[in-house]
Amino acid sequence: MASVNAIKDDGDRTSLIYNPVVRGIVFQCVVFFGILALIYWFVRNTLDNLARAGRDISFGFLNERAGFDIGQALIPYSSDSTYTDALQVGLLNTLLVAAVGIVTATLVGFIVGIGRLSGNWLIRKICTVYVEVFRNIPPLLVIFFWYLGVLAILPQPRESFHLPFGSLLSNRGLSIPRPVWGEGAWLVGLAFVIAIAMTVFVARQASARQMATGQRLPVLWINLGLFVGLILLAMIVSGFPLSFDVPVLGAFQTSGGFAIGPEFLALYLSLSLYTASFIAEIVRAGIRGVGRGQSEAAHALGIRSGTTTRLVVIPQAMRIIVPPLTSQYLNLTKNSSLAIAVGYPDLVSVGGTILNKSGNSIQIVAIWMVVYLTISLLTSVFMNWFNTRVALVER
Amino acid sequence: MKHIATGIISAAILSIAATAASAATLDDVKARGTLKCGVNTGLAGFAAPNDKGEYSGFDVDYCRAVAAAIFNDPNKVEYTPTSAKDRFELLANGSIDLLARNSTWTLSRDSSLKFNFTGINYYDGQGFMINAKKIPGVNSALQLSGAAVCVQTGTTTELNLADYFKANNLQYNPVVFEKLEEVNAAYDSGRCDVYTTDQSGLYAIRLSLTAPDDHVVLPEIISKEPLGPLVRQGDDQWFDIVKWVGFALVDAEELGITQANVEEMKGSANPEIKRMLGGEANSKFGTDLGLTEDWVVNIVKGVGNYGEVFERNIGAGSPLKIARGLNALWTKGGIQYAPPIR
Ligand SMILES: N[C@@H](CCC(=O)N[C@@H](CS)C(=O)NCC(=O)O)C(=O)O
Repeated sequence: MASVNAIKDDGDRTSLIYNPVVRGIVFQCVVFFGILALIYWFVRNTLDNLARAGRDISFGFLNERAGFDIGQALIPYSSDSTYTDALQVGLLNTLLVAAVGIVTATLVGFIVGIGRLSGNWLIRKICTVYVEVFRNIPPLLVIFFWYLGVLAILPQPRESFHLPFGSLLSNRGLSIPRPVWGEGAWLVGLAFVIAIAMTVFVARQASARQMATGQRLPVLWINLGLFVGLILLAMIVSGFPLSFDVPVLGAFQTSGGFAIGPEFLALYLSLSLYTASFIAEIVRAGIRGVGRGQSEAAHALGIRSGTTTRLVVIPQAMRIIVPPLTSQYLNLTKNSSLAIAVGYPDLVSVGGTILNKSGNSIQIVAIWMVVYLTISLLTSVFMNWFNTRVALVER
Repeated sequence: MKHIATGIISAAILSIAATAASAATLDDVKARGTLKCGVNTGLAGFAAPNDKGEYSGFDVDYCRAVAAAIFNDPNKVEYTPTSAKDRFELLANGSIDLLARNSTWTLSRDSSLKFNFTGINYYDGQGFMINAKKIPGVNSALQLSGAAVCVQTGTTTELNLADYFKANNLQYNPVVFEKLEEVNAAYDSGRCDVYTTDQSGLYAIRLSLTAPDDHVVLPEIISKEPLGPLVRQGDDQWFDIVKWVGFALVDAEELGITQANVEEMKGSANPEIKRMLGGEANSKFGTDLGLTEDWVVNIVKGVGNYGEVFERNIGAGSPLKIARGLNALWTKGGIQYAPPIR
């Protein structure tokens, strides 16, 4: 007791400097103003130096004519378009490869991750080798491997490999048939929408019924039948308004169909397979993180093994899986800027061309940073929302 | 990847450095003791490192000539390899004093990028190269509709290509890379049907392909590519020095001053030669420029005259064997012409 009093007395006698509250406020103020001064200094310096070099930081140049062509554009673009258009083309290419990459990486990652826990020795080993190989090679090398090692040694377009459905594979990439919708195709679209609405309805009815009676409907089969039946019906009624534009061999390359360039393929495959190896580990950790007792309890209740995995283990594992999964999605998106190595015109590549032509480094670097930051933040927001949905509901 | 870094470094230099590059480049160079010269990453004949990592070539000799004029020692150069995309940023942010790297003189580079081209050391034009084995029967660029064309980004090449195919109503598929090795590898592996760049570059690149003899350069020249060294705006003295080093090289050739005879030429009675080599009484041509009176002697002793530099690196004395053509002296049917030193 005495000692406590002594300390307290001591505190009372000394000056404000030793008061923790005051100290806290003072330090925070110092740090705050320090950072403010630093920012001010950076901004002032940049503006001074730019002025001295005769450069400005306006974004007006973005309306100038681009003058260069871009190999892959998802929106109409020509050399007469503006820099802004060019940046949009680049951004869409980034989003495209990131989006399909994320979907593929997730699928492959889950399959491999679950495969690593398989009871089958061969499957387990194959999955382990997969993870160890892709996880330990820098993504840039994986990209070069696909681009120079696989796609570049495919035959010239004239000697393309003929794949099923009239697809062609050559060192110019993969050309697949493109569906062309004819007159009356809206009916098929309508059938599609109705089919979706009905499957949702069926699924709800089925679970309500299961709740009430304990009986389960073969929802999958009913819905599949609905889809196929409705769309087939619409096709027959409208007289099959669907034809295919099949790629043909041209003088230099294939024409017609839907062409997927080797640059995109190399980047897409590399990013997906590389990221999948990390996702596989996350999935494995997630499943391992669910107590053994959970599946044992499910088995004791007579639930089948597959159903146990689907309804008992995976939902709980998701709580562990989703947060690190978000980081992997962000990594994949950022790694897509390696596109430059194989000449895939993503945001960074197109931006770099504009930087070189216009000399506006500050503006272009700012655009890069803001865009990647925005993509990352939006991904995080979405994944956080998803996380709250899969999180354990605690009562 | 590198240009991202260059962009960011430039941004960083602009925000951190108290002053970007100073106005008196000559003083900086003298104080530092070396000239910082931006050259090609590796283009046979123009600028390429040998196995010891020493640079040599037509553009490299321009850097060496400037160093010789300043230090009387052509070796006092620090080379920075620059890609097509990086080069202007590196000059603008002060990483290099001078860019001598097959760069085309254009209005926007002179005005909006705020550089000064000091002259034209090589008159060039853009051409096309194809693999005659793989696509036989093509003998004009106008037959190239639908072709995949390999091109390097950050070049005038990329822009001329777009213009040419548009003007002639031809379709093409641009395959654009950032680095020269990437373009070369893609073309060599057959990813593209056509390679396009400056004709001088095509000849240099053809030598590096797996089967150089399979490739032919098509006859069309689709643009003017006046290649020359350039400096930042805002330092007239430095601009003058780099400019007059180029003129001195050409004037020396015109007057028959060579690396071998320069010492003996010093005793020449020809007033023009005497003046150029600093032999005129009380002359101050060199000092007015910020150099010494024997600046031309030092240049020619260091690298030779324009013709010698040409023949040694890209002409008859080199594997490239490029004819002088437009780059012959004006007195010999070409258009290389330099103002007089007087
Ligand atoms: N003269 C054109 C093109 C110059 C150019 O960059 N040419 C290419 C192809 S020959 C090159 O030298 N690339 C070497 C490199 O970027 O490392 C220009 O100034 O834009």
